[in-house]
Amino acid sequence: MPALPLDEAGKYVAGAYGVFVALILIYVAIMAVKLQRIEREIQSLTELARERLQERS
Amino acid sequence: MVLITTALALVFFYAPNDADQGFVQKIFYVHVPLAIVALIGFIVAGVLGAMHLRTRDDTWDARSYVAIHMSVIFGVGVLATGAIWARASWGKWWVWDEPTLVSFLIIFLLYVTYYPLRYSIDDPQRRARYASVFAITAGAFVPINFIAVRMAESLVHPRVLNQTAGDMPGEMRLTFLVALAGMALLYVTLVKLELTSKNARRQLRRLRRMLEEEHSGGAAPPPIATVPAKPN
Repeated sequence: MPALPLDEAGKYVAGAYGVFVALILIYVAIMAVKLQRIEREIQSLTELARERLQERS
Repeated sequence: MVLITTALALVFFYAPNDADQGFVQKIFYVHVPLAIVALIGFIVAGVLGAMHLRTRDDTWDARSYVAIHMSVIFGVGVLATGAIWARASWGKWWVWDEPTLVSFLIIFLLYVTYYPLRYSIDDPQRRARYASVFAITAGAFVPINFIAVRMAESLVHPRVLNQTAGDMPGEMRLTFLVALAGMALLYVTLVKLELTSKNARRQLRRLRRMLEEEHSGGAAPPPIATVPAKPN
């Protein structure tokens, strides 16, 4: 096939790089959700530990 | 991030357009590094699986799992960017009689079966062992597959990493190497992120159990720092 003109080729190149960026963004978003869950778990455990300390004292 | 940004700047402002394919050849700088890093990741996962079988330390299994997981994600990128490039260059999204494409798809699908295999086993020790055996076997298949593809006749897909790749102009080669280094660092960073997240969740679970068992008067489990990493 002959080389595509720039305006046509640009769409494909943007598409390919867009896929790459989208993959990374989706992954980072999933990791952010997981991090929020960890943060909630830490808060919950802090509360639990505080309760235990109060029970002891 | 700095390397990826530098690579993107080099791709669009430094590397010349390909004489044959023109601007669309810029996809090369994302597609090929993704493929190389994904395949090396699969091989590394096999080595990590072997380390697990040798030491019986579950940390190696967790590392092997995360390496495969990340390589599968990169593999999705390889297939998607490859299809877009194929459509632009050959007029087709996929060519079934091209060995390079089909072999990569086989490897990708092989590793996709890793997830059901891993999560179908309840016993953590057995799961880690089976997953490691899978990682080693499939990891050994990757270079064999690479050599087989090299020996097969190529129809449309060009061969990279061969002697003719030496024809690549200096600007293109530099851009490609920077893109490859950036992709490899991105892979390592994401693997570390995933491992850290997994370790944090595991230690929090352990901490919760300790607090609850202490409250109920049961025997407390060993301290967190000495707990071996569990695969998920």
